[in-house]
Amino acid sequence: MKHLKAVNRKAVRVEEFIAAEFGDVHGLMQQGPPQQRPHYPLGCSLVFSPGWETDSAGGTAGLCQPVERDLYDCYITCFWPAQVPDHFNNYPDWTSKCASATKDWRNIDLVFP
Amino acid sequence: MSAYRQGEFHAFEGGGQDYLYLVPSAAIFALEDVSKAVLGLLKDRELSRDQIVAELVERGYSRSTIEETLNELHQAHAIAFGDGFTEPRLDPPQQPFPLQTVVMNVTNQCNLSCSYCYEYGEDRISTPDGKTKFMSEETARGTVDFLLNQSPGRRMVHLTFFGGETLLNFKVVKSTIEYARNKAAEMGKDVDFSMTTNATMLTSEIISFLAENNVGVTVSIDGPKESNDKFRVFHNGKGSYDVIAPKIKELVKVHRSRPIGARVTLTAQVVDVKKIFRHLTDEMGFDEVGFAPVTTSPVRLYAIGSNGLDKVLEQFTELAREYLEYALANKHHGFSNVNDTLQELHQGVSKAYPCGAGLGLLGVSPSGDIGLCHRFVDSPAGKLGHVDTGIDRQAQAEHLTRGHINTKYDCHTCWARPVCSGGCYHEAYVRYGDTSHANLHYCDWIRGWTDVCLRIYGEIAARNPRYLERFDERKAI
Repeated sequence: MKHLKAVNRKAVRVEEFIAAEFGDVHGLMQQGPPQQRPHYPLGCSLVFSPGWETDSAGGTAGLCQPVERDLYDCYITCFWPAQVPDHFNNYPDWTSKCASATKDWRNIDLVFP
Repeated sequence: MSAYRQGEFHAFEGGGQDYLYLVPSAAIFALEDVSKAVLGLLKDRELSRDQIVAELVERGYSRSTIEETLNELHQAHAIAFGDGFTEPRLDPPQQPFPLQTVVMNVTNQCNLSCSYCYEYGEDRISTPDGKTKFMSEETARGTVDFLLNQSPGRRMVHLTFFGGETLLNFKVVKSTIEYARNKAAEMGKDVDFSMTTNATMLTSEIISFLAENNVGVTVSIDGPKESNDKFRVFHNGKGSYDVIAPKIKELVKVHRSRPIGARVTLTAQVVDVKKIFRHLTDEMGFDEVGFAPVTTSPVRLYAIGSNGLDKVLEQFTELAREYLEYALANKHHGFSNVNDTLQELHQGVSKAYPCGAGLGLLGVSPSGDIGLCHRFVDSPAGKLGHVDTGIDRQAQAEHLTRGHINTKYDCHTCWARPVCSGGCYHEAYVRYGDTSHANLHYCDWIRGWTDVCLRIYGEIAARNPRYLERFDERKAI
C-alpha cells in the first residue's frame, strides 16, 4: 500500500490479506469496487453468450459450462417458468440423487404429474 | 446513487502524525496527504467516485494517485461504498477450548477486612456456607490435573494462587507447586505460577520460596499509609500499612526473578493516582503498578461517581504522559495500565469477549467448584461445574453465547468495542445483575482511556518505533 502505512501488527495482517486478495489483479484495481448488479442466469435465452448450448464449432465439447448445467439454471435461477418440476411445493427432492450435474444427471427423477 | 462514505474508525493524532484505528479490525494505519484529504471530503457526507476525483484533481492531486488511494482506503475498510461491508460473523469459539489459566482460591478466608472487598463486603455475591474454607491438598492436586488435562495443545499453562488471603493456606500453595511441576513435566508441559497476596503474612522463608520457584507476585496495596489504611484494615480496624511495608521492601529486594507488581483499588476516597504510583515505585520498589476502580454498586460511599472517573482519567492521562517520556527515552515505566493497553493496541486485538473468563480461564473454589473466574467462585452465578466432574459444558455454552459481543447491542456502534467488548462480567453482575450486560456506566471512561493510549501509541510509533518491538510477542503462549 502506498497511501496507508500499516502501523500495528493487525494492520500488517490486513495489508498482507489485501495484497493476496487484490495484489496481482492490477486491471481490476483500477476500476474501483465491483458494483451490485442484478443476477443474470448464465444459461438463459436472454443471454446469447457463447458457451450456452453449443460451442463455436457447433458441438458441446468446448463449452465453458457443461451442457447439464442448463438444467439448474432453468430450475433455480431463471424467472421464466421452465419445464422443470415445481420444487417449492410438490417435488422438493426431485434432484436429490444428482450431486453433480455433469456426472449424475441421469439420476434426476422423472416426474409424472 | 452509490457513493462512498467513511467507514467505521476512530481517528487520532500522535507525534504530529494522523492515524486511523479501524473498527472492528483494530488495525492502525498512518495516513498521508491524499488519504487524509479523501477522508476529509467524506466527513458527514457521501460522494461518488467521480465527485471525489474531481474535487481532489482541482486541489492538484493526480488522478491516478487519487484512484489508488480510494482503492486502498476501500480495501482496508476505511471507506465504504454503496451498502458498505457485511461485518464478519463472529461465532462462539469451538468447544472444547483448551484451558490456559486456572485461578485457585486456596482459601476464602482473609485476615484483613477491607470494606470494599467483593468477597466479604456489602456487594458480595458468593455463598460459601457449609463448604470448606481452605482448599485441601487433594482438591488442589485435582485442580492441577484438571488444568493439565483440559489444555490440549498448550505447552505452557498458568496457575494463579488467590484467596481470600492466599498465604493463609501457604502449605497447599507449596505442595501444589511441586506437584504441578512434576505432573506437567510428565506430560511435556510447563507451568507458570503466580499469586496475589495482601503481604501481611510474608516471611523471609516464604519470600525465598517464591523467588526460588519463580512465582510471580502481585501485592494488593492502596498506596502510602494514609490512603492504604482507609480501607485495607485488620478485623480490629487497625490499618495494615505498617505491617506490610517492611515485608514488601524485603520481597522486592530478595525476589528478583520476576517483576513484582502492585494492584491498587481506587475508591471515591483514594484517587490520587500519581502520588500512589510515585510512592509504590520510588519508595516501595515495585516494578509495576496497576490501578482499577472498585467494583461496587453505585450507592456505596466509596463508589466512584462519574465525576470521580473524570478525575481518575485526568490523572491517568498525566501519568501516561510520563510513561510516554520514558518510552521515548527507551526507559521502563511501571504504569501497567498503559503497558497492557499498548500491548493490545499493538497486536490489534479485537475481542469477541471482554476477557478469557469461562473460556481459557477458570476460577476454582476451595471446595473444587469451578466458577467463571476467581470473582465468581462459590457464587450461584457463573458456576461451571467441579474439578472432579469437569466443566459443565451446557452452562459454559450459555455463558459464551450470552457474553458474546454480537449480543451486546449497546456496544455495536462504539469504536472502542475491539478492546472493551462490554467490560468485566463481575462488574456487570454487581451493577446490573447480569454477567452479559454491557458496563454502560464506564463507556465514557473506556473511550477516553483508549483514546489516550492510542495517542501515546501513535506518538511512540512516530518518534521511537523500535520501542514497540517489545509488544511484538503476545503474552499468552
